Amino acid sequence: MNNSENTGQEPILDIEGLCISYFTRAGEIPAVVDFNLTLKPGESIGIVGESGCGKSTVAMAIMQYMGSNGGIVGGSIKFKGRDMNEMSQEELRQLRGSDIAMIYQEPMAALNPSMTIGEQLMEVPLYHETNCTREEAFRRSAEMLEKVKLPDASRVMNAYPHQISGGQQQRVVIAMALLSNPSLLLLDEPTTALDVTVEAGIVKLIKEISEEFGTSMIYISHNMGLILETCDRVCVMYSGQAVEIGTVNEVFDIMRHPYTRGLFNSIPLPTADKNASPLIPIRGQLPLPHQRPQGCYFGPRCDHFKSGQCDVMAGIPWDTVDDQSGHAVRCARWQEIDWAHYNPEIPPQDEVEPGEVVLSVNDLQKYYEVKSSGLWAMLTGKKSRWVKANETLTFNARKRETVAIVGESGCGKSTFAKVLMGLEQATGGDISYGNVDIANLPVQKRSPQQIGSLQMVFQNPNDTLNPSHTVGGQIGRVLRKFGVAKNAQEVKQKVDELLDMVKLPRDFAHRRPRQLSGGQKQRIGIARAFAGNPPLVIADEPVSALDVSVQAAVTGLLMDIQREHDTTLLFISHDLSVVRYLSDRVVVMYLGQIMEQGTVEEVYAPPYHPYTEALLSAVPIADTSIDKKEIVLEGNIPSPLNPPKGCPFSTRCPRYLGEKCDSAMPKAQDAGNGHMIACHIPMEQLREVEPVIVVKPKKEVA
Amino acid sequence: MTDTTNNDYVAKPTPMIIQILRGIALLRESPVGLLGGSIVAFFFLLAILAPIVAPYDPNLPILPFALPGTEGPNGEYFLLGTDHLGRDILSRVVWGGQRVLFYATLATISAYIVGIIMGLLAGYYRGWVDELISFVANVILSFPVMVLYVLIITQIGASGANIVFAVVFASSPGIMRIVRGLTLDLRTRDYVAAAQTRGESGLWIMLVEILPNARGPLIVDACLRMGYTTITIGALGFLGLGLPPPDPDWGGMITQTRSFAGAGFAHMTLVPALAVSLLVLGFNLLADGLREVSIRD
Amino acid sequence: MGILLLKRLGMMLLVMLVVAFLLFLANEGDPYSIARGVLGPYAQQEQLTIWLQEHGYDKPILVRFLEWLGRVVTGDLGVSVQYKRPVAEIFWSRLGNTGILAAATFAIMVPMALILGVLAGMKEGSFLDRFISVLSIGTTSVPEYASAVLLSVIFVYSLDLLPGSSAMSNGFDIMQLILPTMVLVLYGFGYIARMTRASMAEVMTTHYIRTAILKGIPYKRVIVKHALRNALIAPFTVIMLQLNWLLSGVVVTEYAFGYKGFGALLLDAALRKDIFVIEACGLAAVFVAVLSQTIGDIGYTLLNPRIRFN
Repeated sequence: MNNSENTGQEPILDIEGLCISYFTRAGEIPAVVDFNLTLKPGESIGIVGESGCGKSTVAMAIMQYMGSNGGIVGGSIKFKGRDMNEMSQEELRQLRGSDIAMIYQEPMAALNPSMTIGEQLMEVPLYHETNCTREEAFRRSAEMLEKVKLPDASRVMNAYPHQISGGQQQRVVIAMALLSNPSLLLLDEPTTALDVTVEAGIVKLIKEISEEFGTSMIYISHNMGLILETCDRVCVMYSGQAVEIGTVNEVFDIMRHPYTRGLFNSIPLPTADKNASPLIPIRGQLPLPHQRPQGCYFGPRCDHFKSGQCDVMAGIPWDTVDDQSGHAVRCARWQEIDWAHYNPEIPPQDEVEPGEVVLSVNDLQKYYEVKSSGLWAMLTGKKSRWVKANETLTFNARKRETVAIVGESGCGKSTFAKVLMGLEQATGGDISYGNVDIANLPVQKRSPQQIGSLQMVFQNPNDTLNPSHTVGGQIGRVLRKFGVAKNAQEVKQKVDELLDMVKLPRDFAHRRPRQLSGGQKQRIGIARAFAGNPPLVIADEPVSALDVSVQAAVTGLLMDIQREHDTTLLFISHDLSVVRYLSDRVVVMYLGQIMEQGTVEEVYAPPYHPYTEALLSAVPIADTSIDKKEIVLEGNIPSPLNPPKGCPFSTRCPRYLGEKCDSAMPKAQDAGNGHMIACHIPMEQLREVEPVIVVKPKKEVA
Repeated sequence: MTDTTNNDYVAKPTPMIIQILRGIALLRESPVGLLGGSIVAFFFLLAILAPIVAPYDPNLPILPFALPGTEGPNGEYFLLGTDHLGRDILSRVVWGGQRVLFYATLATISAYIVGIIMGLLAGYYRGWVDELISFVANVILSFPVMVLYVLIITQIGASGANIVFAVVFASSPGIMRIVRGLTLDLRTRDYVAAAQTRGESGLWIMLVEILPNARGPLIVDACLRMGYTTITIGALGFLGLGLPPPDPDWGGMITQTRSFAGAGFAHMTLVPALAVSLLVLGFNLLADGLREVSIRD
Repeated sequence: MGILLLKRLGMMLLVMLVVAFLLFLANEGDPYSIARGVLGPYAQQEQLTIWLQEHGYDKPILVRFLEWLGRVVTGDLGVSVQYKRPVAEIFWSRLGNTGILAAATFAIMVPMALILGVLAGMKEGSFLDRFISVLSIGTTSVPEYASAVLLSVIFVYSLDLLPGSSAMSNGFDIMQLILPTMVLVLYGFGYIARMTRASMAEVMTTHYIRTAILKGIPYKRVIVKHALRNALIAPFTVIMLQLNWLLSGVVVTEYAFGYKGFGALLLDAALRKDIFVIEACGLAAVFVAVLSQTIGDIGYTLLNPRIRFN
């Protein structure tokens, strides 16, 4: 493991046998077990894993900040040779924020809401350097803001955190971390809360920092693609343990732990295809800390589990794969597994032929009034501002087809779902579904059949089910409401059928939502949506809150049910990888307008709308064989309250033409076969653009 | 799945009594809450068993100015002494407790019914419904509570029913605000959207989807409010605006006997004062314990 | 920001107007009862009618209300039935007395509650936290009339340290102020302390406090500069609302100690149906309460940059 002698350099950080526990009334809960890590100067290492694997706990332990109920119960954390566990509070204080700095997941929460950004930045030099005057601190803080490419640094210095956007806030946090020129930078999911095009800018900044300052970095993320873009080495964690460590290329291409392999099998890549090579989910679910099995924690979910070898009392020790590079793995059977033929042969499924048009949206408009229709407004008669949430949306969805609506926050995709479901009424245009215009048909006026034939899967698993009622009760209510089942006997039978359909045990009907995991809750949500056997289902980011391995299983289930029932699926998402994987047609939205639409193949290849092009470039892809063109958008997504006058994308467009783009919304041009691009740039020029994602010929490895 | 006892999955709210028992079971985790719960339970038990526990008729003059622990002419034993009219203080405190608890419970429950309805309507429908309800609540809440009580009771007269009315009038706006706030938060949940998209009525959504999920904070608040209502009923009695004599109520007992405290008969007034403080302490500790437990889970 | 201020003030005026009308309606809605109150229970019907005409009570209620409002705004509060003197003569000095009591209470209660609350909230779950929490729950559980009795028994009858009555018949006496203040502080401080504690404890778990600590600035500065500024926003509103509560408390406390303040005046007037005194006291109480609420709201906005710059 420890290969520092190879380079002869003293490691910045050396963690050995680290064990961290939380102490609750239920007893001691081990969060991290036997964690080892060595970080050399200038090196950046990624820690990846799903939620609850302990990756953030490791970062907090390095900071020696464990909260009131957490504690380091074993091992050592040596920073530049000194054990941090032994340091006094004052020693730690001097280290924190100066030699070791941290960047956090939610920049808004990480900044003090009632202090100006300047004040918060200036504290760093003022409290870490003797003889630093306020003037000097101010000057240096402002300089640093410019270094992290914040426009108008002097204005930002006097602003409060809520006055700048999320991306800008994260730049402020980064500036704060860099002000003392630290030798170690911890990044805890620094872009998770941000939109993908904003994320791309931050990632670029982080890469530049590591080059310019030579800072060692620990980058914590659940996103393999981000790790690939930012790190030299990777450590994969599972259930509180590191299970594999090695260089990025080793872990991504010749991984030797079944969990790592399983993780990659469940990530949708641009090369994946739902019909030819479906994702392979990891079965089962992450064990709770106090329910971890003996031996290998991954054992119960592993296809290569062997009793007597994997469930030994002592646990599984590290085994070196490559002594030179430091590639090591915590698996007892890695040498026995046939890695070349790891994946089971899955017979490819036939492509589905889309049928007749089921849903037709024409020139749909939805404007919101910002002011509530309260007494005050009624008395004063004051007209309020309008948000154009949806502007002239036009597209169709056919039987058996999956249509994805893609866009970042504020693009109006959720508003569209509300109008479709009858929770809001359209301002203009129509939605034809089952030969009825439902654009202005509120849900209260729809018949039970109409309602049952158009249902929705919601985003947040913790919110989708009512915590006060049993699962069976909630599905049963839907069945009665839609008139699918009349008496108790029928209800019970249908509930059982639906649970079978989503592959959950029938006695889950008696459970309450808090007794289910996130993935299970989403399955119930799917069962509920399919209760009325609807021809069309809308899924609003149904898997975005789930861990990758669970994501794959839920996505797979959704597609199976769709195939079985010939359902049309409207899939709302911000995740271009998932969209690429499961949809047939894609509608790209930005600030309430459709920028581009077409089949998946058309949208993911030139000609692109410049926004689609930037979006594709921004998505991190966890595949070493992919080359991406780098397009980083400047600025923020404009507020839907105050959108640009002409093309909504004009303020950030890298292919901005000038006055024309500011003055008028472009007409959609047909690139052939109904592939529509709404852009002022002539189609011939758009066709000349090179593809963003290029697959390199894959080298045969190991 | 061959033999399930429950064949019908239709959502049924759990019976209140089971919820209360569950809450008590949770209290094991909080010693403070358990202590509060025991105090409250003690007083409720005392109230229910008043005919058995109270040794004498609370309004029967026996021996005036008897100190605690003395005996009466016919072998009566006054554990807590008697008052200036010779009535047994223990009996009066026990019967007074029954009255206080009865009216406090009745008033709090009534106030909750009004407050919950108003709060659900305001929070769920928003717009002018909300502004109207909130404005009325603002007007009522702009009165200092005791001023409001004094004004109402002097207008409509002192009686049990009027006190209940006054409490409902004065405290349902506060309950309404809490319920409104919870509803505003809960109505944004996906399960509410799911109910809306399957065409549920507003009434169903408010009562079945939203209200059960607001119960945690409401139960805590109800405990605090029980304590506060107990204080209020006592205060009205103290000011001479309470339940009509001669039946005992704690506030009235304090005010009628406090002039004798300086003459060495402090027990007459101290006993009801301690009783009301202890009961309120019980409610407050119980609320605190419940809050602590509900935050943890 | 300016609009918000105007809206708040407008709302305040509207509430005051409605309250004034309600008070007027309750007290002067039925003119005959007023006349009977003035002329006594044995007055003849004709006498009543004549009196009503003489005093302008035959006009529509809305007109009477506006006239009355005009008089009140210009300082004419009417004549007390009970004291046979202009209400203004009694009212302002009584209000002043209550002001003294309230000021003394606030001066002790607020700093004590804030300090204890911050200390408790700094380290949630510590011994100090538990001690302060239980202490504040305990004191809040003793109503004013109970603590008045308890404290009297201790300090007046047993120790003989303080006077038992606060009537101040021989002029202002600070000794007579101690017991009522003590009663109000004891009952009131717990609430502010617990709110402060909750606010502080919540702030201490926020990510920006973590950021501040992991930035390596001294703990003292983390508390003073980062935590307090945010943690004291909520208690400020609570403190302003306590003024409303204090007016409730003084009714009981003043009655208990015979203190000649506004609360005792109101109670007395209400019992004797002294309508002009009731109206004056009711209006004053609501005015103070609404004003403090408005100040609380505006202050909350000013203290909170997230709202201030929006």
